[in-house]
Amino acid sequence: MKITVADVEHVARLARLELTPAEKELFAGQMASILGYVDTLKSVNTDGVVPTSHAVPMENAFRDDVVRPSIGVEKALANAPDRSGSFYAVPKVIE
Amino acid sequence: MKYQPVIGLEVHVQLLTDTKIFCGCSTTFGAEPNSQTCPVCLGLPGALPVLNKKVVEFAIKAGLATNCSITPRSIFARKNYFYPDLPKGYQISQFEEPICQHGWLDIQLEGEEPKRIGITRIHMEEDAGKLVHGELSGPGDGSGVDLNRACTPLLEVVSEPDLRSSDEAVSYLKQLHQIVTWLGLCDGNMEEGSFRCDANVSVMPVGAEKYGTRAEIKNVNSFKFVKQAIEYEIQRQIDLIEDGGTVVQETRLYDPNSGKTRSMRSKEEAHDYRYFPDPDLVPLVIGPEWVERSRSELPELPEQRQQRFMADLGLPEYDAQVLTASRGVADYFEAGVAAHGNAKAVGNWIMGEITRGLNDNGLGIDACPVTPGQLAELLKLIDKGTISGKIAKTVFDEMWRSGKSPESIVAEQGLVQVSDTGAIEGIIDEIMAANAGQVEEYRGGKEKVFGFFVGQVMKASKGKANPAVVNDLLLNKLRG
Repeated sequence: MKITVADVEHVARLARLELTPAEKELFAGQMASILGYVDTLKSVNTDGVVPTSHAVPMENAFRDDVVRPSIGVEKALANAPDRSGSFYAVPKVIE
Repeated sequence: MKYQPVIGLEVHVQLLTDTKIFCGCSTTFGAEPNSQTCPVCLGLPGALPVLNKKVVEFAIKAGLATNCSITPRSIFARKNYFYPDLPKGYQISQFEEPICQHGWLDIQLEGEEPKRIGITRIHMEEDAGKLVHGELSGPGDGSGVDLNRACTPLLEVVSEPDLRSSDEAVSYLKQLHQIVTWLGLCDGNMEEGSFRCDANVSVMPVGAEKYGTRAEIKNVNSFKFVKQAIEYEIQRQIDLIEDGGTVVQETRLYDPNSGKTRSMRSKEEAHDYRYFPDPDLVPLVIGPEWVERSRSELPELPEQRQQRFMADLGLPEYDAQVLTASRGVADYFEAGVAAHGNAKAVGNWIMGEITRGLNDNGLGIDACPVTPGQLAELLKLIDKGTISGKIAKTVFDEMWRSGKSPESIVAEQGLVQVSDTGAIEGIIDEIMAANAGQVEEYRGGKEKVFGFFVGQVMKASKGKANPAVVNDLLLNKLRG
């Protein structure tokens, strides 16, 4: 499978990653090799096999609708790069 | 050229759970910013979301009430995008295999045949946090992020593009609103965003089969604005096409002040959400027993109740519709009928005095100071002839103010209706003597004057004379 530098740039943009030209070339090659392996997997006959969405054979893990204590504003903001009162402060978001 | 609008609605319904969809933080509105948060809703690494069972129960009920089939095995997916109010960098939602699919609602516009509107799907998802601008105490002109709302449970109800006018869209939306509030899933407050609507609008030449390119109008927060926004958008697209332009697929924001929609995000920022199954949340399996149990727990729905009010209680269609506008009103009405017996009389008082009182005071039916039992007692006093219908309104106002029973108000204020013919005759004689001129007019054939005499007698008796007795006696005496 051919992965172009443009493909890498598209994915990088979606993930908000800034890559150097050398990295783009490097990752294009690595991604092509990963997808090439997926092509190999595709050759297996999977007729009648349900698509796997989860690796563990489990279902219906629930909690009841009962309030549990939150961690508090100070802990919530402890790792924030910037705060303003009880808010996380971020650069101005313009809609 | 004539154009045909094509409209589909996506409605976000905020669920009335005590806790968030994937953690035990409270969903109470108005708390200090970021005080209702934990590692799960903050999106901290290593935190494990666990599904709130009540959200599933609510989703199944919403699905059954809108004629959906319940998906036996559904999964959650990550919808990836970056925004400051979305701490994880993805929203947990459902993509493939939503919990409810293939439903419908029937709408009916005045003077038209009923029309079936398809519901493509209903899925569960978490809300994002809230951004505030320009009200921060700290320095700088940045924005503030409050994650109390992050992870609040939502249902997204997606209609088919079956709606053909703004009126149809509003009718569908009102019906959906009635159902989710009736089921107690949502408080229905559109202004506060508990029930919000995005509209997908396109136009095509009449007779065409292929839909035009659609624009999505975001977060319109009242029924009135939905109608205005859709109408504006339809006209904007028609004008654009007529002028030789083309409609671009984009998100637009409705501005209620100008009544216009405007482009919100540039088109080159096309979203690529890269949905994939969320490995943190195991599949949700809902067997037929669960579905049937939910179905048996559903209350009688508005449409069924309206039909029953018409068939069993003999109400006209209009009355039945008004009295099933909300579950609270319908319950109040039925309690009143149980205590009194005359459905039409109870209905009239609810649609009249009670509705007026509630509206004037900005109250909901739950906060009505007059109970259905008290209303029934009042109506019984009218039935027995103890008070007239007119005096009943005075008594009602006092019941509303003081919460006292109608009997005690009538006794305390001496409002008992006078049916004693002797007393009423006395009043009539006085009034006829004082208004000899009008008596002559009446006897000369001017029967209109009769109303004048009735008014005078009622006034002299301070409204307490029994109107039927007054009419009879007056007729006799005036005719001489």
